[in-house]
Amino acid sequence: MTATREEVLAKVRGVLVEALGVDDDEITPEATLEGDLGAESIDFLDIVFRLEKAFAIKVNKVELFPDEILNNPDYVEDGKMTAEGVSKLKAAMPHADFREFEKDPQIERIRDLFTVATIVNYVELKLKAA
Amino acid sequence: MRWIWIDKFTQFESGRRAVAVKNVTRAEEHLHDHFPAWPVMPPSLIIEGVAQTAGILVGEARAFGMNVILAKIRSATFTDYAVPGDTLSYEVEIETLDDHGATTRGVVRRGQEEIARVDLMFSHVDGAVHAGLPRHNFVFTGTFTDLVRSFRPAPPGSGGGDS
Repeated sequence: MTATREEVLAKVRGVLVEALGVDDDEITPEATLEGDLGAESIDFLDIVFRLEKAFAIKVNKVELFPDEILNNPDYVEDGKMTAEGVSKLKAAMPHADFREFEKDPQIERIRDLFTVATIVNYVELKLKAA
Repeated sequence: MRWIWIDKFTQFESGRRAVAVKNVTRAEEHLHDHFPAWPVMPPSLIIEGVAQTAGILVGEARAFGMNVILAKIRSATFTDYAVPGDTLSYEVEIETLDDHGATTRGVVRRGQEEIARVDLMFSHVDGAVHAGLPRHNFVFTGTFTDLVRSFRPAPPGSGGGDS
């Protein structure tokens, strides 16, 4: 039986409580991993490992956090991500919501793409594909 | 010089689990001040011993071809002190292992008694990819690999040598 979105969110919440040491009620779908929940770069690997265990899925870190696009200076111009970069990132991250970012694609706003909902979306896509 | 916080491995199952022992002695200088008249092995050094046990287990799983860096203490809980005269065993097992890193679970015992649990995460670091790091393997020098020499098959024609 396919897990409901609420069931996936509940498990993701458990993963983030353990990985980030935050309180359960801080983990809303809109919460950003870095800004709101205080995740540091090394926590992303921890989150990957914990998601794999919680959902019995194989998580490709590059798929969830496509570093090669995120950190590519070719896609940066005047502090903003270029249209090509945004386009590539959108293709690589169908699990993220780009509506706000596209309005003002400042590089420092990239981190806001990584919300709790982004992870839930990713897991749902993985579970559907399994 | 490496600061080694395990004395020897007593069990080593490649890619799966390992057990190392640490004898706590009053001769260790750090115990003279931690604390005066009440020597207690600092939990941070027990964590380091578990990390060395687990890190060597993780490194050996990839034939010591990758630098294995302690990236995160996922959890560490202590239920008793370790004092001079204690022999601690660090029992670790690999939970997950892939190209990015590994997670391990560890139990610290004094005899049969469990006194701590230490779960860790390691990152695989490639000096050829990560700027600012040495290109050679800077983690697994002979000091570490010698500890598991007796558990590893000798390379063909080497007579049992180590890197």
